Amino acid sequence: MNTDWKNFEPVLIPNIKDLYKIDVYEKNGGYEQLKKVFKDKKHTPESLVNEVKAANIRGRGGAGFNAGLKWSFMPKPDGGPRYIAANGDESEPGTFKDRVIFERNPHLFIEGSILAGFAMDITAVYVYIRGEYRDQINMMQKAIDDAYAKGYLGKNILKSGFDLEMYVHSGAGAYICGEESSLMESLEGKRGYPRVKPPFPAQKGLWGRPTTINNIETLANVPLVVKNGADWYTSIGAKTHPGPVLYGISGHVNRPGVYEYPTGMLITDLINDVCKGVRGGKKVKAVIPGGSSTPPLRGDSLDGVRMDADSLRTAGSMMGTAGMIVMDEDTDIVDVIWRISHFYHHESCGQCTPCRDGTGFLEKTLIKIKDGEGEMRDLDILLDLCTQMEGRTICALADAAAWPVRYAVERFREDFEKRVKKTVYAVA
Amino acid sequence: MSQKYEFTKEELAEIEKIKAKYPDKKPPVMPVLWLAQNKFGHVEPEVQHLVAKTLDLPPAHVYGVVTFYTQYYGERKGKYVLDVCTTLTCQVCGGYEILHHLEEKLGIKAGETTEDGLFSIQSVECLGACGYAPMMQITNGVYCNHLTKEKVDKIIDDLRAGKLPEYENMPFYQHGDPEPSKS
Repeated sequence: MNTDWKNFEPVLIPNIKDLYKIDVYEKNGGYEQLKKVFKDKKHTPESLVNEVKAANIRGRGGAGFNAGLKWSFMPKPDGGPRYIAANGDESEPGTFKDRVIFERNPHLFIEGSILAGFAMDITAVYVYIRGEYRDQINMMQKAIDDAYAKGYLGKNILKSGFDLEMYVHSGAGAYICGEESSLMESLEGKRGYPRVKPPFPAQKGLWGRPTTINNIETLANVPLVVKNGADWYTSIGAKTHPGPVLYGISGHVNRPGVYEYPTGMLITDLINDVCKGVRGGKKVKAVIPGGSSTPPLRGDSLDGVRMDADSLRTAGSMMGTAGMIVMDEDTDIVDVIWRISHFYHHESCGQCTPCRDGTGFLEKTLIKIKDGEGEMRDLDILLDLCTQMEGRTICALADAAAWPVRYAVERFREDFEKRVKKTVYAVA
Repeated sequence: MSQKYEFTKEELAEIEKIKAKYPDKKPPVMPVLWLAQNKFGHVEPEVQHLVAKTLDLPPAHVYGVVTFYTQYYGERKGKYVLDVCTTLTCQVCGGYEILHHLEEKLGIKAGETTEDGLFSIQSVECLGACGYAPMMQITNGVYCNHLTKEKVDKIIDDLRAGKLPEYENMPFYQHGDPEPSKS
């Protein structure tokens, strides 16, 4: 465990002025790894996949799956097109980290995508960015144009005989399009309905061809692994969940923002040290560690909890996207959970009944409790609803909607009980 | 309403470029809808028909796409659409106060448009700027961060004078930085 986080030098977003410009990026060792792989033959596609697999880059989009392992699921090339869909939809409430990559270090991501493309013999990379990020979409497009002009993208990259195209695709406001199969539907120009799996994207993805979907931050880690090796990467942060990670911290802290540190940081360090404490010196009531769908933790249960998959699982939550929301003691948890339910109700695509109806039912019940009309039995109805939603739908949106409600009712039960009527029913 | 919607030659050339990015004829529908909305300010059914005709797709498909994604305006909105985020972080940091302040100031409710057609207000879901809450987005474009009632008043005055706020480069801190990193 690297406890020396205070001296950690950021590598994803290093402190270099104007790094988003291609010249500055090249001067600071940018696109060197591409040259090492293409010109000096540092890696074959197989050895590159193995290196990334050994580095154990766990997907930064929420699921935390080993990226190299995901790459190895791609079938052998058969001469037909193969795709990468880079997921920059970033629509999980509490998450705002990929935009920092678009704004400050887009070429690191581009270089990582080209390396990933080489490893899996990819034809084209589609960068899916949420439509709201208009400025970031323009920045990314500019960066891609520059990379084309320098010969890092297009035909015969660095005279290696390898061709790769890269396109930006703008979303238009739909949370569900961050789900990988829904993202592919959206890229194909349809309504973003998640697909039934199997077949998995590696078998049948975009236009029925093998496709790998990776988060933007995950791909940005690839050049670092190629440069410094898998051993270096696994030596950073938590043992089972290594590497640098972009923590997006928001809510009632004095200095919210995106910070780059190793995984496995203590939540209390992040709040008290990195973010300079809670506003007004108040106590923490609740922390949502990884975006709205991860179960909230009580403020008095944070001691020793670290931001990595294992530690958070033990504490009863998940790493998600490392988009942490801090709430102080004055926060009305019932209100917050109602708003989260409203969000999922709004964003449910409507394909599966447990989700379409369940999210609405959750919201209605929570409005009732919020307005003081609820009864004690409504809390049991909420928990029962959650049970009927979890794991019964095509994608994980229903689970994402159910977990915050379930764990909030369990962990903050006194707040809910305070809001409901103490009704007594006569039993005959 | 009998305005005729058409793409210019330059726009058609742009659409050809978009088509070349994809191996199929359906995918350009989203970028072309964006192009149409940026030009006409909305994608009402007549514009949807134009997009369908241009891309040789059934109008029903285009309609389906327009109604699935919240950023496409299937009906006309004000010149400036104020999307106030009220999800989670923005909620706990005062997004609703900003929304209600705007509603009072402009005399309309969320989802409505002022009579002069200048402003619409919408209460929207997370816009991915949680660290800079509360915030709003203006007409699918620029983000206005760290809103206060005073800042909102100034933005409205500026918009009335036809001046859009500029893109704000938000700071990226690291440990021990008293000031934002200068990158």
